Amino acid sequence: MLLGPVLGLSAILFSIGVAGVLLRRNVIIVFMCVELMLNAVNLTFVAFSQLYGASGYIMVFFVMTVAAAEAAVGLAIILAIFRHKLSVDLQNINLLRG
Amino acid sequence: MTTLFYVFAALAVGSAALCILQRSPVSAALWLVSTMFSLAVIFVLLDAQFIAAIQVLVYAGAVMVLFLFVIMLLNLGHASSDMRGPSALAAAVVIVGLLSIELVTLWRYTPARLAQEISQAPAGLTDPSAIFMGGQIAQEEAAARGIVGGIAVPLFQQYLVPFEITSILLLAAIVGAVVLAKRKV
Repeated sequence: MLLGPVLGLSAILFSIGVAGVLLRRNVIIVFMCVELMLNAVNLTFVAFSQLYGASGYIMVFFVMTVAAAEAAVGLAIILAIFRHKLSVDLQNINLLRG
Repeated sequence: MTTLFYVFAALAVGSAALCILQRSPVSAALWLVSTMFSLAVIFVLLDAQFIAAIQVLVYAGAVMVLFLFVIMLLNLGHASSDMRGPSALAAAVVIVGLLSIELVTLWRYTPARLAQEISQAPAGLTDPSAIFMGGQIAQEEAAARGIVGGIAVPLFQQYLVPFEITSILLLAAIVGAVVLAKRKV
């Protein structure tokens, strides 16, 4: 059983996702990095399902549903912001800055 | 099987790294699709064929097509470099370094060690399935009812209420996406 290496892989993928969120300014790429982090967590759930039973698979199912809903709403928000600002650069999206 | 796992793990990590380093959003999205396919293969190696199938259908299919659709709709195919400056790079190195040290310690966990730490089992324990009965039960269930059946039974019995709540969430997401993307409210 590959529990340790799978958890390590999931950790590396999650860290790459965090690095992408911190390093990039393009909203769409930041959004893709969030999806990458969700995928890394799904991998952890599947790895532990081998020990604890089918509950992990159900959790992955729900995570995927929420990720799909999040992608739809998030991309609609990006579309609306792009219409308003003509940019997807996070530096130009600072309406909430004090 | 272990070799196959390491090949696809390397492919997943390499594609993910290229995904965050590519300048063009289109190639970043395509590298992310490659990561998701590698993860689907790893799901198959972990005996989660149903999850692998919906990973390909939902993530690599629906979600990434949505991303590519928006990238091309906004005509972002040839963006200039959008990396943050050196101060953000330093912050990212520190945060990601700490996070990965924290998370990679999980590498040490084997099922036997986990069993030992959870239940203070004797050190000579070699068969973790003696303690983690859930996995064994799930495997027998999958053998009896098929792979999808083994997931469907808990999903539609034990987790029926969360499943129904998910449908409300999806409805709200559909309405929200349509309203937000509409030209004039």
